[in-house]
Amino acid sequence: MALQLDSLNQQQLTFGRKLWRINWSLLVLLGATASVGFAMLYSAANASFEPWASKQIMRFGFGIVMLISVALVDIRVWMRLAYVIYGVALVLLIAVDIAGVIGMGAQRWIALGPLQLQPSEIMKIALVLALARYFHSLSIEEVGNPIYLIAPLIMVLLPVYLVVIQPDLGTAVLILLGSGAIFFVAGVRIWKFIVVTGAGIAAIPVGWQFLREYQKNRVLTFLNPERDPLGAGYHILQSKIALGSGGVVGKGFLQGTQSHLSFLPERQTDFIFTMLAEELGMVGGLILLGLYTLLLVYGYAMSLGSRSQFGRLLGMGVTTTFFLYVFINIAMVMGLIPVVGVPLPLISYGGTAMLSILFAFGLLMCVHVHRDVRIGRRGLDNEG
Amino acid sequence: MATSRQKETDRAKLLTRRAVLLAGGKLALFSTLIGRLYYLQVLESDRYTMLAEDNRINLRLVPPQRGLIVDRNGEQVATNQQNYRVVIVSEQTRDLEATLNRLGTLIPVSERDRRRVLREARRKRGFVPVMIRENLSWEEVARVEINAPDLPGIGIEVGLSRHYPHGTASAHVLGYVAAVSEAELTGDPLLELPEFKIGKNGVEKTYDLTLRGTAGTSQVEVNALGRVIRELAREEGQMGRPVTLTLDMGLQRFVMNRLGEESASVVVMDVHSGAILALASNPSFDPNQFSKGLSAKDWEELLSNPRAPLTNKVIAGQYAPGSTFKVCVALAALESGLIAPTYRHTCYGHIEVGDLRLHCWKHKGGHGTLDLYQAIARSCDVYFYEVARRIGLERIAQTARRLGLGTPSGIDLPGERPGLIPSREWKLAVVGQPWQLTETLMLGMGQSYILTTPLQLTVMAARIANGGFMVKPHLARDLAVSDRISERSGQRAQARQQAQPESLGFSPAHLAVVQQGMNMVSNEPGGTAFSSRIKDKAMALAGKTGSVQVRRITMAERLAGLRKQEDLPWHERDHALFISYAPVDRPRFACTVVVEHGIGGSRSAAPIAHDVLIEAQKLAPPRSRQIAEAPPSRG
Repeated sequence: MALQLDSLNQQQLTFGRKLWRINWSLLVLLGATASVGFAMLYSAANASFEPWASKQIMRFGFGIVMLISVALVDIRVWMRLAYVIYGVALVLLIAVDIAGVIGMGAQRWIALGPLQLQPSEIMKIALVLALARYFHSLSIEEVGNPIYLIAPLIMVLLPVYLVVIQPDLGTAVLILLGSGAIFFVAGVRIWKFIVVTGAGIAAIPVGWQFLREYQKNRVLTFLNPERDPLGAGYHILQSKIALGSGGVVGKGFLQGTQSHLSFLPERQTDFIFTMLAEELGMVGGLILLGLYTLLLVYGYAMSLGSRSQFGRLLGMGVTTTFFLYVFINIAMVMGLIPVVGVPLPLISYGGTAMLSILFAFGLLMCVHVHRDVRIGRRGLDNEG
Repeated sequence: MATSRQKETDRAKLLTRRAVLLAGGKLALFSTLIGRLYYLQVLESDRYTMLAEDNRINLRLVPPQRGLIVDRNGEQVATNQQNYRVVIVSEQTRDLEATLNRLGTLIPVSERDRRRVLREARRKRGFVPVMIRENLSWEEVARVEINAPDLPGIGIEVGLSRHYPHGTASAHVLGYVAAVSEAELTGDPLLELPEFKIGKNGVEKTYDLTLRGTAGTSQVEVNALGRVIRELAREEGQMGRPVTLTLDMGLQRFVMNRLGEESASVVVMDVHSGAILALASNPSFDPNQFSKGLSAKDWEELLSNPRAPLTNKVIAGQYAPGSTFKVCVALAALESGLIAPTYRHTCYGHIEVGDLRLHCWKHKGGHGTLDLYQAIARSCDVYFYEVARRIGLERIAQTARRLGLGTPSGIDLPGERPGLIPSREWKLAVVGQPWQLTETLMLGMGQSYILTTPLQLTVMAARIANGGFMVKPHLARDLAVSDRISERSGQRAQARQQAQPESLGFSPAHLAVVQQGMNMVSNEPGGTAFSSRIKDKAMALAGKTGSVQVRRITMAERLAGLRKQEDLPWHERDHALFISYAPVDRPRFACTVVVEHGIGGSRSAAPIAHDVLIEAQKLAPPRSRQIAEAPPSRG
């Protein structure tokens, strides 16, 4: 009964107790990882805090405050708001698509006063929230029943479609894989994944027709980088040269020739890992991968430590999305997958990405703070 | 309640199991990344390091300074002059047009240059300097420099450009340099440098490789846009080797001045060594304008001028030799054994050949009875018609070839023409008709089909004057140094010894007859060039006059009485020729003068030769000669 009592006490946490339960070591770890990014941005600007590093530090500071705020909000509030947030994100996505049609070109941003908002970033988090809430409400038997999978599939495919027509293939893949992971941990039968994957591969020739010319080029160039060494293949070739020439210990901080002589494209955003590995070598690359792995371990521990299915799913969703960012970005700059516009989380320069990552970690922290809160199937307190 | 809790636990367990599976997948993917990192940064590191260096380091050629050209006295005839250029770096100026306008108020900038600069600035990267104007005067440089603060992006660069201190006087000998054309690219990267220039004509072309030198290299670090960040290493090139000419610039200047307005060519050559002391083709052009860039109008003018200033008439002007050829016919006659120097023939002013009557230049009364010496001295046509008839075309042609006619002399200048010594086969093949006897007779006075260049006539005169030795004209003083620098000195000395003049096999006695005839031309009363004799015996010249019709005289005209040459339009007047050598007793210099439309050899060509030969002997006193005139050695 002590357990019962304890959990009862958890239902209404005071502000002080919540603060007490925040895992400060995760914040330190986030700070350490982001600091690697600050250093690289400082180097990218040729040993200057302007124009990137200083802004990025400010954003990180703001993001940490936001993270704590998100974590202190009751997890049941997030659960209740999940569908609403998803709905808003969907409307915003449709809005940019329409604006894109009117503006005759690719459009991914919405201007909200001085703020530039990227609805697809919001959607990544909104979808995790919505799927977590949906699967939270299903029993094991229901998860095994295909009929119950129709609704979440629509929830996933709708934004994927909207993102693909933007066109932003990278984000679409990210959403698909992230959602797939939630389906997977929620208990959907493994053979169903095999079937869907098989169908997906079979659909590739069909999907190829719908790709834009530059997207086809990227894929073709990925398959055969020598196809166009000065055009589409140039970036990835220069990135590989930078990485390879870095060697084991690198050329030294601020000494990357490929980066500083502008052979490396986008060294402050998508290709920042290349710059790090050029200047700090394989040692630097492994240290960063180590930091990321530690963050993932924290994510797993916090997710699995939650007493609610919603918390566990939300934590796993956030952790997996984070993992996907890291993997896709690094695999891309190493020439393992085609070039897609995915930033390196916590490191790449960019406001929206930094804030949305920290928001997601805020949700993870929220799961951790409210780890002992039990949530009923319908989202009501202690229903079971 | 219990089942519900049990279910909740099952759900959590399933999720944990799945999460572990997922973590395994993630671990596998991260391992892939680490493996890739190992592959790129450890296994392939060397290859990529090399590629990164290739990216970063750019090897640039530094053009070498062109070798100098000096005359026999060490006077510089082709030099490199500092050339101030004003350039603009478009990225350093906010408003390119405004800056150009402001520059235009300080120094003249033509509308054409302005348009070109704007066009080039658009095409090139912003940090590449675009040349606005070159060859600025010192005053213009100062004006731009003083106003530098108001001219953002404008700078002064110093380059070297070829300069010919003597301008028109040396143009046909030296030629000029200009930008490399597409057809001249050999794969040598030096030739692809935008501002590199090579010899296009004259000595500049013949000895281009000697003068060119070897390029230096500069290793620079560049960024992805090609902008030079810094220079890492520099290896200076080697300046081109100098070329020393046999030319005497003093004499060359004298000749050019002496020619004045005439359309004429003059050669002065050492009869023993073949060294060219003066080679003048008038009118000339200013090669300095070629390096500065010639305006289209000036170029048109040069091309359309009827006196052909761009043609080097000494080597590319082909003329019938006229009566100057009689020395060759006389030698052929003596060598044939058919004619003795004492052979006498009477001239009545004309000769009958079948239905045709061939006239002597002295067609009224004729020359009377002459021997060979007198026939040369007075240039009797009838005498030589008869000689030619007796010895025939073949003997004349063979001797002409031995004297250096009909083939290029091999002088070290581009564009030499071969001339023409006709033969029966040649006429049948080219004209399509058999050779006529009258044509042999006409050849006796140097007129049917035969073509020679002034340089070939000089070679002929020199071979007669030097006692029948092979002599080949050349302009570079010591070919052994210029061309064979890589060979060991022993071989060079050997080559020098081998260059003993080769005899042509003429009998000295026969040559002496011809020499005596040429002596009488200018040194005995009645000789055709007696009025152009050099009175100082030590300098006296021997020669042979010639006049060549450029239009046919019809029978009707002859009957109606010949019009005076002075009354004809310039381009219809006869060419005047004179071949000569001096001094008579110990020949040193051969000199040929051809005055286009100069009417008569004795009248306009011989006086020039007179002046030139005096000047040549004054400039080069005989004593110093033996050392200076070592014959050129070549393989």
